[in-house]
Amino acid sequence: MIKLLKTKSTLPGFHIAFGYTIFYLGLIVLIPLSMLFAKTSTMGFGEFWSVVTHPRTLAALRLSFGASLIAGLINVVFGFLIAWVLARYRFPGKKIVDAFVDFPFALPTAVTGIALTALYSQNGWIGKHLYALGIESAYSPLGITLALIFIGLPFVVRTVEPVLQELDVELEDAAASLGANRWQTFTKVLFPNVVPALITGFTLAFARAIGEYGSVIFIAGNMPGKTEIAPLLIMTKLEQYDYSGAAAIAVVMLIVSFTLLSATNFLQWFFSKKIGMN
Amino acid sequence: MATRTENPWIRRTLIGIALLYLGLFIFLPLVVVFYTGLSKGLAVYFQSFSDPAALSAIRLTVLTALIAVPLNLVFGIAASWAIAKFDFWGKNLLTTLIDLPLSVSPVISGLIFILLFGAQGAFGPWLMDHGIKVIFAPPAIILATIFVTFPMVARELIPVMKAQGNEEEEAALTLGASGFQTFWRITLPNIKWGLLYGVILCNARAMGEFGAVSVVSGHIRGQTNTLPLHIEILYNEYNFTAAFAAASLLALLALVTLFLKSIVEYRYRAELKAAVRTENV
Repeated sequence: MIKLLKTKSTLPGFHIAFGYTIFYLGLIVLIPLSMLFAKTSTMGFGEFWSVVTHPRTLAALRLSFGASLIAGLINVVFGFLIAWVLARYRFPGKKIVDAFVDFPFALPTAVTGIALTALYSQNGWIGKHLYALGIESAYSPLGITLALIFIGLPFVVRTVEPVLQELDVELEDAAASLGANRWQTFTKVLFPNVVPALITGFTLAFARAIGEYGSVIFIAGNMPGKTEIAPLLIMTKLEQYDYSGAAAIAVVMLIVSFTLLSATNFLQWFFSKKIGMN
Repeated sequence: MATRTENPWIRRTLIGIALLYLGLFIFLPLVVVFYTGLSKGLAVYFQSFSDPAALSAIRLTVLTALIAVPLNLVFGIAASWAIAKFDFWGKNLLTTLIDLPLSVSPVISGLIFILLFGAQGAFGPWLMDHGIKVIFAPPAIILATIFVTFPMVARELIPVMKAQGNEEEEAALTLGASGFQTFWRITLPNIKWGLLYGVILCNARAMGEFGAVSVVSGHIRGQTNTLPLHIEILYNEYNFTAAFAAASLLALLALVTLFLKSIVEYRYRAELKAAVRTENV
C-alpha cells in the first residue's frame, strides 16, 4: 500500500497530510453523500421510478433544467460582452466595475432572493413597468430565470475574461495584414479561441443554477407543477418526512447534472483540440 | 493600431450596454436592499438589530463561521501539501472529490445530514437514545456549513503550492531545518496571500449560506436561526423593513468581502507569477 503511494519528493509529512485529507474528506463529504444512494437503494426500483416519474417531479425537473438553460444562454451572450469590454477597453471606473462583477458570488442567496423579489414584483422599481406591459416578472418562470441570470453571470465573465486578455495580439495583426476586416478577424480568429472558455462558463453557471435555492424561492411563487423548482420539491418532501422521496429526486438531480458536466467537458476538449490543430 | 480595435462608436456602445446591464441586473438589487432597509428611517433601522432574535442569529452566524473556516483551513493546508508537493496514484480523482461539494445543490447538502442524523436517519435512533441533538440544532448547522464551504481554501492553495515547487523547502531541509520549521518559515510565507484569499471566500459563504442550513435548522427562533434564516422569517412575516435591514448587514459583508478580495487578489496573482518566474530561471 505504501509502495503504491510512493512519492518522488523528499519532503516530509506526506503520510500525515494525505491521511488527514482522506479522513476529513470521507467524514465530511463521502460518507454523508453516500447516504443518498444508501437511502435510495432501500426503496426498490418500482417505488423509485414512481417518485421520479410523478408529474409533479417531472414538472419541477423540467422547470429547473429549462430555466437554468435559458439563464445560462443569456449569461453567455452578456457575459461575453462584459468580459470583452473589461478585457479590451479602457474607461473610467473600470477597476470598480471589474471587482463588482463578482458581487453575485459574494451576496448571500437569501439577500439576493428578497432583493430581486422587491425589484420585480408588481410594485417594484422594475416590476411595475413590466407588469404595466402585461409581463409577470415575479412569481413566474420568468422571475426564476431572472434570479438564475443574476447568480450565473460571474461564472461566464470570470472564465472568458482571462482568455481574452491572453490572446496573442499578433494573431489579430496577422489577420488584419492579410486583409481581414475587423468583423472577419473577430468571427474567424478571436471568437473560435474563446469558445472553450464560453462552454466552461456556461457549464459552471448552468450547474450552479440547477441546484440554486435561496435566490429563487422568494421570487418563484412555488406553485406545484408551475413554479416549483426541483430543490424546493426536495424541501417539501422533507417537510412531509418523505426522506426516501427526497433522496430519490436528489439522486436524479445529481446524475443528470454530472452527465451534463461530463458532456460539456467532452465538448470543451473537442473544441480546444480543434483550435490546437488549426 | 486601428486594425486591433473597433471604431469609437462601436466601442462606446459596447461599454454602454455592459454598464447598463451590470447596473440593471447586479447593482440595482444592492441599492434596493439598503433603500428598503432604511425606508423608515435610521431609528427603525438600528432598532431591528436590538431585537434578541436578530442578535442570537448574528451570534450563531459568527459562531458557525468561527468553527467552519478554521477546520476547512487546516484541511486546505493538509490537502494542498499532499496534492501539490507529492506525486501519487489517484491524485486527479482526489482533486475532483474535493471539489464535489461545489456542484451539489445546497438543499441536497442539507438533506444528506438529515439522512445521517435525523430521526429516521442512520445514526438518528442512537443519538436520540443518548440525548444528543444534532438535527434542528447548531451542530447540524455547523456541519452543513463545513460541507458547503469544504473545498474553498484547498482550491486556492493547490495552484499556489504547485507553482512554488519544492526547491526552497528541499534547500531548507538540507540545511538542517525540521519539517515544521520548513513549513512555518518557507512554505507559509510563500502561500500567505492565496491562503488569505481562500479564507475570505470561505468566510463569506459560511456566513451567507442559506439552503443547506435551512434544511437542517428547524427555524427555531432565538436558537437555530442564522442571519440568512432570520431574514427569511422576517420576510415571510411581511416585516420587510426589518428583513431588509438584516439583509443590508449581509450585503455590507459582501461589499467588504469584494473589497478585501480585490486587494488580496492582486497580491495573490503576484505570488503565483513570482513562483512561475523563479521556476523558469
